[in-house]
Amino acid sequence: MSNQVTSLASGHEGTLRDQANQYIQRLKGGEMGSLPAIGATIALAVIFGFSSPFFFTKLNFTNMFVQAAELTMLSSALVFVILLAEIDLSAGVTAGVSMAVFIVMIKTFAWAWVPALIVGFLTGLVIGWVIGFIVAKIGVPSFVVTLAFFLGFQGMQLVLLGEGGVYRIEVPEILAIMNNNLPAFGGWLMIVICAVVMLALGFWDRGRRARSGLVNRPVSILYIKVAALLAIGGFAVWFMNLDRSQGVIPIAGVPIVVPFTIAILFIGSFVLDRTKFGRHLYAVGGNPEAARRAGIKVARIRIYAFMICAFLAVISGVFHSSRIGNVDGSAGHTIVLSGVAAAVVGGVSLFGGRGKLAHAAIGALVITMIDNGLGLLQMSAGVNFLVEGGVLLFAATLDALARKRSGGPLAR
Amino acid sequence: MSEVPAIELTGVTKSFGPVDVLKGIDFKVYPGRVTALVGDNGAGKSTLIKGLSGVQPYDNGVVKFFGETAEIHNPRAASALGIEVVYQDLALCENLDIVQNMFLGHEELLTGTLHEAEMELQATKALQSLSVRTVKSVRQKVSSLSGGQRQTVAIARSVLREAKVVILDEPTAALGVAQTEQVLNLVRRLADSGVAVIMISHNLSDVFKVCDDIAVLYLGRMVAQLKVSETNNAEVISYITGLHSQDTSAINVEGA
Repeated sequence: MSNQVTSLASGHEGTLRDQANQYIQRLKGGEMGSLPAIGATIALAVIFGFSSPFFFTKLNFTNMFVQAAELTMLSSALVFVILLAEIDLSAGVTAGVSMAVFIVMIKTFAWAWVPALIVGFLTGLVIGWVIGFIVAKIGVPSFVVTLAFFLGFQGMQLVLLGEGGVYRIEVPEILAIMNNNLPAFGGWLMIVICAVVMLALGFWDRGRRARSGLVNRPVSILYIKVAALLAIGGFAVWFMNLDRSQGVIPIAGVPIVVPFTIAILFIGSFVLDRTKFGRHLYAVGGNPEAARRAGIKVARIRIYAFMICAFLAVISGVFHSSRIGNVDGSAGHTIVLSGVAAAVVGGVSLFGGRGKLAHAAIGALVITMIDNGLGLLQMSAGVNFLVEGGVLLFAATLDALARKRSGGPLAR
Repeated sequence: MSEVPAIELTGVTKSFGPVDVLKGIDFKVYPGRVTALVGDNGAGKSTLIKGLSGVQPYDNGVVKFFGETAEIHNPRAASALGIEVVYQDLALCENLDIVQNMFLGHEELLTGTLHEAEMELQATKALQSLSVRTVKSVRQKVSSLSGGQRQTVAIARSVLREAKVVILDEPTAALGVAQTEQVLNLVRRLADSGVAVIMISHNLSDVFKVCDDIAVLYLGRMVAQLKVSETNNAEVISYITGLHSQDTSAINVEGA
């Protein structure tokens, strides 16, 4: 029996070279993932690096990560619903309303910031549940439901904060997320932890496969991935640990938001890739009817997805408030479309069932770079929107073509 | 044959509003045998199957599973008994791979996380037990598989669940000659392993090639239950088209 088991392949067989060939085959088959977005990041870095002397300065490099964090969180939030071929246009204003609740608890009711923040997150979860319920149980298309919430919650923000109301955030812990930095060793520790976790998970999986008598990929692939992580991450940490101040007081270190974002992306990816819920989410996104027949409670999965989306959106709202230092009535109105754009540009399929959180993060980096680079070149906002729109259209077209190539139906 | 039927339906009815789709069906299926369920469009084949799979429970009638009365109100209940359905449109997720599809809804867990290695091993063994040679890798996405390969995966999934009754809804409808041959062989091997197989088909040559028993539905009634060895194409067609009818209460598959 045991030598029979090897007669059916699993894709783990062969040398490093065979594995590389398999990878190229998958790319040719239309499973490009975030590769176009990674290419775009490199291309943008080269273009902006040459055309603006400020682009690769220490200050701007670090700023870009801070700017990207907010968008990364929002597009990660959207991934959970886009994987179901749904959309949440209200994610931004959900965050806005939740942060308004948070600040009202502090300012009007004199609550401590921790319980106020918990209430803020609960607000987000309740909103997510309501949207999910209307979509999954009643069957109203998510586009319409969330468009209605998008409009309604802009009003809710004004009601909560008053016309033109702007409240300063005076919670140092929240302000620190976007404005303070880790000490130098903290950045290094972060990279080491990432590498250790990657190795540990890699060997954990290999151990499981080995115990089941299955073939493993060459271990060198794992080492190459970890080495790449250490090289790229190490360079980034080293660069951010240099003094980037333009004044007398030194500013150095990895912004606190970076490890925050990495941790949330890791947890989210773990849930998507390694839990039953994650598997069922992909299944519902790929074929809801098949999922239902397999005994998956499709409506429940949909509702959870909208709740997770709202929860992560509130985190992006916290990042936003931390960066600008206040909560106002217009927070989250425009970011949601950039969030969708980031996810799609990163390689998350709008048709559902395909995409990862890492894709959303890379997409967010692309959108942020365009924003940042065109700003440095003193282009007008008009040019900025035109370029972002063009990139989104390109990415969505690529998605549709890849889908066509992999044999799926073009439209649903 | 003194064996207990895997499935025994008595007086099963189902209506959709004013339309009576099943008008009191009696039906027996035996382990280790392939029973063809034939009938023209609208005869009630799909409705009969949906009742057994729990998708649309019957209105009235008794369902016995290996001699014991069973209540099948939802797909989970059917699955728990050991009834698996392979649908015509296959119900596979194209964005998932073969292993993931075979375990969908029944994932193996270890310390709360998906046990991919165990699932891959079991899926591989299930495919091998059916002597499947047409699939290249068990980690291929289903979107890259042909129709016959998809059918294979869907059938292997029922083996994996250790199904006692497998219902196949037109398994060869969309397949070419060679693929049809492969799938029919697969169906035979499945029955030979002791499973009771119900196969809906419009293709009588497939039915005569692989089935042991034939049950004919006509406008919501079971008009005949025949043994393949004791009938022929013309007779079956006469039942399908409503030219003849047996009193089903008087006959059984054993040929009394």
